[in-house]
Amino acid sequence: MSRPSVPVLLAALFLAAVVLVALIGNVFTPFATTDQDLLNRLARPAFLGGPAEYPLGTDRIGRDMVARLVEGLRMSLSVALAGTLIGAVFGTLIGFVAAHFRGLVEEGLMMLVDFQASLPFILIALTLLAFFGNSLTLFILLMGLFGWETYARLARGVVLSATSQPYAKAVVALGAHPMRLYLRHVLPNVASALIVQLTLTFPQIILLETSLSFLGLGIQPPLTSLGQILGDGRDYLSTAWWISVWPGTLIFVITLSMSILGDALRDRLDPMLKQRTT
Amino acid sequence: MTEPLLDIRDLRVPLPPGADRPLAVDGLDLTLEKGEILCIVGETGSGKSLSAFATMGLLPPNLPKPTGEIRFEGRDLLRLSPAERRRLTGRRLAMVFQEPIAVLNPVYRVGEQVAEVFRLHTDMKDAQIRRRVIELFGEVRLPDPEQIVRAYPHQLSGGQCQRVMIATALALDPALLIADEPTTALDVTTQARILKLMLDLRRTHDTGILFITHDFGVVAEIADRVGVMRHGRLVEIGTAEEVLTRPKADYTRELLDAVPRLEPRERRTDFGDVALSARNVSKTFRTRTLFGKLRETRAVDRVDLSISRGETVGLVGESGSGKSTLAQCVIRLERPDEGALSIAGSDFTDLEGATLRTARQRVQIVFQDPYAALDPRQSAGDAVAEGPIIHGVSRRDARARARDLLAAVGLDASAAERFPHEFSGGQRQRICIARALAVEPDLLIADESVSALDVSVQAQILDLLASMQKRLRFGMLFITHDLRVASRICDRITVMRGGRIIEEGPPAELFANPREAYTRELLAAVPGREGHLYTDPARNEST
Repeated sequence: MSRPSVPVLLAALFLAAVVLVALIGNVFTPFATTDQDLLNRLARPAFLGGPAEYPLGTDRIGRDMVARLVEGLRMSLSVALAGTLIGAVFGTLIGFVAAHFRGLVEEGLMMLVDFQASLPFILIALTLLAFFGNSLTLFILLMGLFGWETYARLARGVVLSATSQPYAKAVVALGAHPMRLYLRHVLPNVASALIVQLTLTFPQIILLETSLSFLGLGIQPPLTSLGQILGDGRDYLSTAWWISVWPGTLIFVITLSMSILGDALRDRLDPMLKQRTT
Repeated sequence: MTEPLLDIRDLRVPLPPGADRPLAVDGLDLTLEKGEILCIVGETGSGKSLSAFATMGLLPPNLPKPTGEIRFEGRDLLRLSPAERRRLTGRRLAMVFQEPIAVLNPVYRVGEQVAEVFRLHTDMKDAQIRRRVIELFGEVRLPDPEQIVRAYPHQLSGGQCQRVMIATALALDPALLIADEPTTALDVTTQARILKLMLDLRRTHDTGILFITHDFGVVAEIADRVGVMRHGRLVEIGTAEEVLTRPKADYTRELLDAVPRLEPRERRTDFGDVALSARNVSKTFRTRTLFGKLRETRAVDRVDLSISRGETVGLVGESGSGKSTLAQCVIRLERPDEGALSIAGSDFTDLEGATLRTARQRVQIVFQDPYAALDPRQSAGDAVAEGPIIHGVSRRDARARARDLLAAVGLDASAAERFPHEFSGGQRQRICIARALAVEPDLLIADESVSALDVSVQAQILDLLASMQKRLRFGMLFITHDLRVASRICDRITVMRGGRIIEEGPPAELFANPREAYTRELLAAVPGREGHLYTDPARNEST
């Protein structure tokens, strides 16, 4: 095993720091997310001559940016994590079902996959939100709907190739129930491919959440997310740039780190790539 | 005396750090004369293929540079520049590989691929090249050369693809031909024809041939001289007659002794009840082409077969004869279209769902490739214990049974905790046998279970199967393409061709009086049949 390269190390360190901040971030500020200070509206960050109690400045109704960012980070990360996991589990399940039943079931499911893959997801999201209104649960489910088709396709492929291996046939010949075959033998052997896919969809879901919240269709006040803060700052870009620059930078570096880590993980786990490099 | 055609002196091919030994080839010295066939024999990992690759300049790029000297036509091949090497390769020295179908490019017509050699090395016109390719195809005995130049690789059989490869290698009349296990992937009858072709070429072109093989039968058929390699060193070299009949090195003696002979097994009669009875079993595969045309292949065609407990029945045939499909039907990984199967007296044909799963413990299978037959993420102990656990044995008892069985198949106590990649091929096959026997089946199917193994390991696994059968009294269906292996272990041999069983009988009778022409052809193609290989004087007493 080779040692991870410097960018990969930096990405890992940064992500660890981000998670830590999301967990214990409240210790950095005495303010709550919703505390308003109308005398200090749109205050500059402390290092640019603003009031000392607001190190990263305040927004249009004088709320502390640090408190807002920590809360937004927490929301964005949990929505993305829940969305990724829902999509992964659902898509993988569909892929396993298609690979197990073959025939009409497989064709029907794969047609659904193609259908989903050929529609811009933002369109589906806007339509659903317009019809059903917005709630946090619905929004998370919607995030889960993103990317399931890639898992389904991937899972179907790897399961088909794994079940044609002699070891899978030997397990069937021993008299094992299909559930035993899939859970104990196939899943552990195909998990690496699915985990790599997980790290690739995660940043995409963060970006999707951000875009929807930016448009005002995502997370609704009083809750907040990085995308929502970014959207809030839209009207003040020329006078109070820090409102949008802090969340924007965070989103950028998080998705970049996640992609770098995902790539590194793929190089390490994907047997096809492994064969090519050795 | 003139200089030999090929002169390898003190060749050393290093392995990357972390490999099981520092040198893959360790101080190899050998020479090859014009018009001579030198066979290099050795088991997996002996360095025989890497020596050939070093000569051709085809060593994998992750290996450190080889040292020593490979003199060919007055030049040292190891010190050529890439450009000089390109001028030489394909023109003066050429190579034939093991997997002909993998070596030919599937998207080009085979005629084109042979023509490429002429385009690279000569300035012949297209029409001239075409004529020469057709001539070459005639020379390697391809039927209907005019048609075959326009065929794609997938339209040809393995043997025909190998002939195309040989034609490519011979295109510019090289002085040296290196053949790396060229017949290992082929059927015996095809192998016999390719070997004859090699002998003809040597006679007509005076080519020096370096022939790499693991099969002493093949050696006996074609070699002038033989070199035996082990762990990267040349153990012994001499004329074929010397090495095959009066081997000097102990290792050569061991190898020769392990070579399966066409010697029928002693007749046994103490068989038990019926383990397998198959009546009129048929299986047809239907595939639809892109344009919806239905294609039917009758893989198994009205087969009757019965096996008693304690008896071993061989199923012999070439690739595509339907023997593996029959096995898949017997074990119900495929469902036969017609016919009835019963295992140990109870019906097995129409079972479904849970009843089928319960019944599965009565018949087990051991596959050909021990590397793919074990779940890479499951320890040997868990793999063996899995069957009993599925069929309701408690976890503790199953683990105990697994440990006993692993000991019985000759693995040490620590084996249960280890994972498949920590075992050699032969050891993995032992684990597979233990896994199959853990559910105490009435019938064991061995589907080419020893054909991927080295001869010495092959002999051990055959002995293991025989001794386990003596102890546990299961019936065994032994599928193989190798009549020598079948003769050693089987009480009865059935010959399969085109999905049907065409002949059946005890090995002694079958070998003495084959009724079918096809059986006679199979027998005649067995390599080394007429050679008198060295036999250990103690051999006859020990078996």
